[in-house]
Amino acid sequence: MLPDMTAITPGTLPKSSPRGTAARARLLRGLLPALSLALVLMAIAWLNPRAISYFGFNLMLNLAIPIALATVAQMFVIAGNELDLSIGTFVGFVGCVTATWLRDAPLIGILVLLGSIGVYALLGALIHLRNLPSIVVTLGMSFVWQGLAILVLPKPGGKAPDWLLSIMSFKPPYIPFPILAALIIAAIVHFGLMRTSYGVILRGSGGNAAALRRAGWSLLKTKIVLFALTGLFGVLSGMALIGITTSADANIGNGYTLLSIAGVILGGGEFVGGRVSPIGAVLGALTLALAASPLLTFMHIPPDWQVAANGAILIIVLAARVLISRRER
Amino acid sequence: MTSVRTLLEKPWLWSFVGALVVWLATVAFTGGYGAGGMVTAALSLAVFTVIVGVGQMFVITLGPGNVDLSLPANIGLASAVAMKVMGGSDSMIVVGLLAALATGAAIGAINYLLIWALRIPPIIATLSASFIIQSVDISYGRGLQIKPPPGFADFTNWQVLGIPVLAMLTVVFTIGAALALQRMIFGRSVLAIGQNIRAAWLAGVHVGRIRFLTYTLCGALGGIDGALLAGYFRGANVDIGNEYLLASIAVVVIGGTSVAGGKANVPGVWGAGLFLVLLLTMLNTFGVSAGVRLVLTGLIIVGVITAAGGEKAVR
Repeated sequence: MLPDMTAITPGTLPKSSPRGTAARARLLRGLLPALSLALVLMAIAWLNPRAISYFGFNLMLNLAIPIALATVAQMFVIAGNELDLSIGTFVGFVGCVTATWLRDAPLIGILVLLGSIGVYALLGALIHLRNLPSIVVTLGMSFVWQGLAILVLPKPGGKAPDWLLSIMSFKPPYIPFPILAALIIAAIVHFGLMRTSYGVILRGSGGNAAALRRAGWSLLKTKIVLFALTGLFGVLSGMALIGITTSADANIGNGYTLLSIAGVILGGGEFVGGRVSPIGAVLGALTLALAASPLLTFMHIPPDWQVAANGAILIIVLAARVLISRRER
Repeated sequence: MTSVRTLLEKPWLWSFVGALVVWLATVAFTGGYGAGGMVTAALSLAVFTVIVGVGQMFVITLGPGNVDLSLPANIGLASAVAMKVMGGSDSMIVVGLLAALATGAAIGAINYLLIWALRIPPIIATLSASFIIQSVDISYGRGLQIKPPPGFADFTNWQVLGIPVLAMLTVVFTIGAALALQRMIFGRSVLAIGQNIRAAWLAGVHVGRIRFLTYTLCGALGGIDGALLAGYFRGANVDIGNEYLLASIAVVVIGGTSVAGGKANVPGVWGAGLFLVLLLTMLNTFGVSAGVRLVLTGLIIVGVITAAGGEKAVR
């Protein structure tokens, strides 16, 4: 079902191990993001059966779409062995532009958003050409986006464009919109990154850059494409967020940086080697979105300890992954 | 001539040059007014970044992926612990400092425990730990405006001839850190692990023990920083360490330490710390708005790292 999520380090798989067990463990590991999501869902169902309904999901997964989009954005840079520490403030900046210019002067708004994707592409080029650590460059950019967001919208406010509001409040029959949207996002990105030949090249730039270069592919181009994709999904995330919250605030996306990194890792991605999984990343984002508050409110965990519970969930899921990985060898 | 060239090749030089340029620009703008006061203020504020920066530097030097994201939460909790233990009485200052140190060291040890036992990437381990520490801090220091003892507040603000005593002590500490890095087995082992963890292990370096010590050291420095911050700003609060996440990483990298690990630079941390504080002072002096200030800070960080350039990939 999810063959690509099961990729493991070639060196960690001894040849002598029985193939059947290893394959089963790999499958288990590939299914882990789905299992952890199922576990969180079961916990919610057990604590409050009424939450498992059309409206319940709509409420609980309210912010899942922007989180999933931001996680996918982060996944693209991680596929190229880089990290984007500015995605949170970038989502905030996009939100501020969406709630002001995109409504009042759509043409300027669209140009600004396209321009910001261009800035991401340029950052990719800069990082590649000057061989810079992406952590530091994006760290600097996080200040830039935050500053620009404050300049665009000094005080919380603004209003989302009507068309965006109507898209985000779309109520499809039977399937809650956040779930439908997550399915669509996962399917599109999975196809693009895992099933097309250029997607393989993009992941290869994180897996073995030297081999790609010798095979005649431009590493500059792969880096630019990966960063531009991050920018694109960052823009989508910011717009989706404002479509839900209806108004913006310069700090609205700040939490998304760490959330998106956690989502990618929770979804089975790894920091190096181009080993990422779009489906896993979306599942990881959904798990985080669900675990973030509804579950904890149902469990009567006091607000003080909700952040801690988030950390604990991350640790538990990753510990489970280690246990399964151990069986792989 | 050769000595000039070897000096110019020192990566840490640029952070000091940057700090000097920013300072001169500000002084030129004010017409010489407040030039000395600016240095005093920059020194007292840079101290806090330098202390956590040195801790972060040791961690980052361990190699790719090693970074301590729990520092802000650590600083917040340690500041609350220190102020509570001191309880506003001068006789408890030393005990309070030791308590902050112990809290920080314990957090660092837990961080490494998570990395080692669960084999999680350090970024995620320290991130998850920071969530938990944050909650502990919120529930521990809830609603309390905890003031430092007067003696401690005076000590952290104490100046001799316009030079903060805390800054002098931190200079001594950083010299010690530089010696530990370049001349002691601990520091050499950290560098060796950062260059090639497998080679270091084969060469007999106690990789696990050194990594444990490094994370514990970084945590302990975060703890002591929290206590000092609470003294300097006359009170502990949950958010007191927030800006030190980005700042600690920024000073390490601007200061010439390689994010790929295996190459550290202690003087650069001081240069970069002063540079960042003076940059903020300059932008404040120019009277720019908060938004412009952030944009310029970011662009300058990107500009500095672009100008300094990355190293050629060895592998």
